[in-house]
Amino acid sequence: MKFGIVTFPGSNCDYDAFHAVTEILGEQAVYLWHKDHDLQNADVIVLPGGFSYGDYLRAGAIARFSPIMQEVAAHAKAGAPVLGVCNGFQILCEAQLLPGALMRNAALQFVSAAVRIRVENADTLFTNLYQPGELLRIPVAHGDGRYFAPPAALDALEAEGRVIFRYADAGGRTSADANPNGSERNIAGIISEHGNVLGMMPHPERACSLLLGSDDGVRLLESILSRVAA
Amino acid sequence: MSVVAPRAGDPVITPALVAEHGLNDEEYRRLVGMLGRTPTFTELGIISALWSEHCSYKHSRPLLKTLPTTAPWVLQGPGENAGVISIGDGLAVAFKIESHNHPSAVEPYQGAATGVGGILRDVFTMGARPIAMLNSLRFGSLDRPRVRYLFSGVVKGIGDYGNCVGIPTVAGEIVFDDAYEGNPLVNAMCVGLMHEDDLIRAKAEGVGNPIIAVGARTGRDGIHGASFASEDLSAASDAKRPRIQVGDPFTEKLLLEASLELIKSDHIVAIQDMGAAGLTSSSAEMAERGDVGVTIDVTKVPTREKGMTPYEILLSESQERMLVVAKKGHETAVGDILAKWDLTAAVIGEVIGEQVYRVTEGATVVAEFPGSRLVTDCPSYSPEAREAPAIAELRLADISAIPERPEERNPSWTLEQLLSAPTIASKAWAYRQFDSTVRTNTVIGPGGDAAVLRIRGTDKAIAVKTDCNGRYVYLDPRVGGRIAVAEAARNVACTGARPMAITNCLNFGNPTRPEVFFQLKEAIAGMGEACRALGTPVTGGNVSLYNESPAGAVYPTPVVGMVGLIESLAHVTRAAFRADGDTILLLGEMGGELGGSEYLSTIHGLVLGAPPACDVEREKVTIDVVLEAIRQGVVSSAHDCSDGGIAVALAECCIADAEAESGADADFSQWAHLRNRDLLFGETQGRFVLSSSAPGRVEAIARRAGIPCARIGVVRLNSSTLDISLGDGLLRAERGMMRRAYHGSIPGIMSRTPQHSAAAEDARVSAH
Repeated sequence: MKFGIVTFPGSNCDYDAFHAVTEILGEQAVYLWHKDHDLQNADVIVLPGGFSYGDYLRAGAIARFSPIMQEVAAHAKAGAPVLGVCNGFQILCEAQLLPGALMRNAALQFVSAAVRIRVENADTLFTNLYQPGELLRIPVAHGDGRYFAPPAALDALEAEGRVIFRYADAGGRTSADANPNGSERNIAGIISEHGNVLGMMPHPERACSLLLGSDDGVRLLESILSRVAA
Repeated sequence: MSVVAPRAGDPVITPALVAEHGLNDEEYRRLVGMLGRTPTFTELGIISALWSEHCSYKHSRPLLKTLPTTAPWVLQGPGENAGVISIGDGLAVAFKIESHNHPSAVEPYQGAATGVGGILRDVFTMGARPIAMLNSLRFGSLDRPRVRYLFSGVVKGIGDYGNCVGIPTVAGEIVFDDAYEGNPLVNAMCVGLMHEDDLIRAKAEGVGNPIIAVGARTGRDGIHGASFASEDLSAASDAKRPRIQVGDPFTEKLLLEASLELIKSDHIVAIQDMGAAGLTSSSAEMAERGDVGVTIDVTKVPTREKGMTPYEILLSESQERMLVVAKKGHETAVGDILAKWDLTAAVIGEVIGEQVYRVTEGATVVAEFPGSRLVTDCPSYSPEAREAPAIAELRLADISAIPERPEERNPSWTLEQLLSAPTIASKAWAYRQFDSTVRTNTVIGPGGDAAVLRIRGTDKAIAVKTDCNGRYVYLDPRVGGRIAVAEAARNVACTGARPMAITNCLNFGNPTRPEVFFQLKEAIAGMGEACRALGTPVTGGNVSLYNESPAGAVYPTPVVGMVGLIESLAHVTRAAFRADGDTILLLGEMGGELGGSEYLSTIHGLVLGAPPACDVEREKVTIDVVLEAIRQGVVSSAHDCSDGGIAVALAECCIADAEAESGADADFSQWAHLRNRDLLFGETQGRFVLSSSAPGRVEAIARRAGIPCARIGVVRLNSSTLDISLGDGLLRAERGMMRRAYHGSIPGIMSRTPQHSAAAEDARVSAH
């Protein structure tokens, strides 16, 4: 399977995603340049973390207008897999490929920490190798990760099983203390209506080696393989 | 030589103007002698920048020459943008530390941010990709609103810049002491990884080769930043805020990628950051290293605003700019690489055969210096060095006579005070704002003895750390200088790394004062002794003098940035106790030296006594014992014993890592001849707290080396206390107490007033 990793000029997790796919997963990966219109026949598109075009305006607000994003949107609308991590999640929301928005963290500080997230729906393209309710240890590193959507939209997301990850404590409780950024209902990741676009603030590509603290992110990538291959 | 006439509209050279440019009479005479005429305003500006302390090291050069700088693994020593050492497998590490103290004192956010930007550029212009950032910070007491404002601003500035560029910030240290009240220290260190073959030096070569300005446009910001950094801070410093540059990390990221692509491309011969003193110093230094002449036309430099004079263009310190010497005929290829990253490139001059440094404004010559004398003719000074008698008195004070406070009858109370002292307490409040895991190499991040980064494609890792106890250096600069190096070496050794080399950042007061020059001289001598004994040469660094405010000079603070090499990932070792029943060992002496300790400072408010002795030869042997034991696989955990003594070290092994807490039983009754406070909180050097399931093997290694190794306790993973039996009692510290003290202290203080209102409050205070 071929992963296309979009490189905006300010992307800084593209390299980590590339290595997770090629070294850990053993699959093919290519970098997709933001000025291009060519997805190079990639099966899965990854929008990595970083600061796309500096994000001085609003995270992802300019990236959504980039040439490559027109192709990514078409890819998503065709039902093909798109994974947006951190800045990638912000861009997916700005591009309206996912509902809601990511606001400045409630504490008004950047937060870098290894947090726990609870798997809320283990029957998706991206989570089918996890157990429902399983706790994953995955790093976050962001200044604008506070997920927001109107209550009705949140109710709908929950009703449709589209909340995929929530921040939780060691006991699995979705407490306020476990919420690193003030996200509504501790939401850490959501999926699109048709289940092919996942956006999440935590970085699964940074949780692919026990040497670095956790390999809980590997199964997210493997889930895509198992579902698409099957 | 050309005819150089004063430029219309420029000020006339007067003694007052010369003085304003920071040149003394002798220096001005030298300048006139070199030119054989009165300098132009532009020339005066150039020399003012190049001969500033910041650029010229005029007070430190003769002393720095005494430091050891070579070893078989050193590929590049001092004199370049950064030092470089080989780590085998054709790979090399480039690293350097630099100060941004003065800008941060006036504008903490931008000051710190641009400090990060500058040191990043120093490393990637060597051809290395930055892989880690460290910070060494000093502030006054956090009880003051202005200090909270400075602290939060500096932390945010460091975070916003490094996070955006995508370089993990992995280690450092933060110390709070009244000595830094008016003049905080902000030192940033960058570490980069490269193939040895990609090493490039900033040396202009090849007559006819074009000189190209790359990156951001030149504006009026930061003019005379180098000179500003070379004078004492005063009430007037705030008015110099416009001299502080504004950073743009997004442009830095583009410049980083474009520069690395250029270096790999074979289109260029040299590249250098336009840092302090901007275009002037970068062009003059590259010409001097290459022993060639250069000519630059300022009208070709892309500017941000119209009407900038040659003086302004040459002295601007606008950020995110590079100067490149390209191969003739490759100008278009260079331009194409920059265009890919949406950056501009402009040919602004060329390398010439004539031995001259020439600046033109179109066809008119506005500045011209013979050869590279504008760099080499800078005077160097060795002023009088004399210890301040008052400090000698402090050192000789009898600290055993200091009465104990009544609360100290319960040693757990004392431990609690020390664990919550901001200098010792967890700095997670700061480092949670730094992305420490991007680039996925961080094996041990902030909070450990040293940070550890794996080297992809090998089984190796590097360990990095900064250290300096300024209080020791203040009380005894020679000993303090030794300890700064030794402590950094111990810290990297705790992770399993052999100390390889250092970079240093010498933060001192005004060197024209004999007592300050004494500190500088002695501290450098002490560092040299330690570097020679430990086999860790100095590969470069930075000198920051004039760190003084109306309240006086800062503690002399020669910060050491250490790089160590871990030969196998299997050797990576952490500080936290790991296995129930492991024996706890103290490697080194139970000396009980309390002079200059955190105990005296925190419990008694005293900075007094002789700092602990530091036998550098013995430090080396002790470090070798630790590394041998780690290699043999008999060390479960290793932690350096420093600030707060062994009681604090044991507490940190129990609770510093919130994910790996434990308790412990320790027995110190064999040292009943020592007073409890000396025993528990003394800061004797050359010590490690190790835990092991095979203590006999560690003892055997230590015995062969002649280093004491005592069994002092047992790890109790499920115990809720750290118990230390003393000759006449027991220190029982509850885990909950230690956790709250250590992890809760700084967040508690920082929540007292919102930081933004702290700033506002402070603005009101200083307005009155």
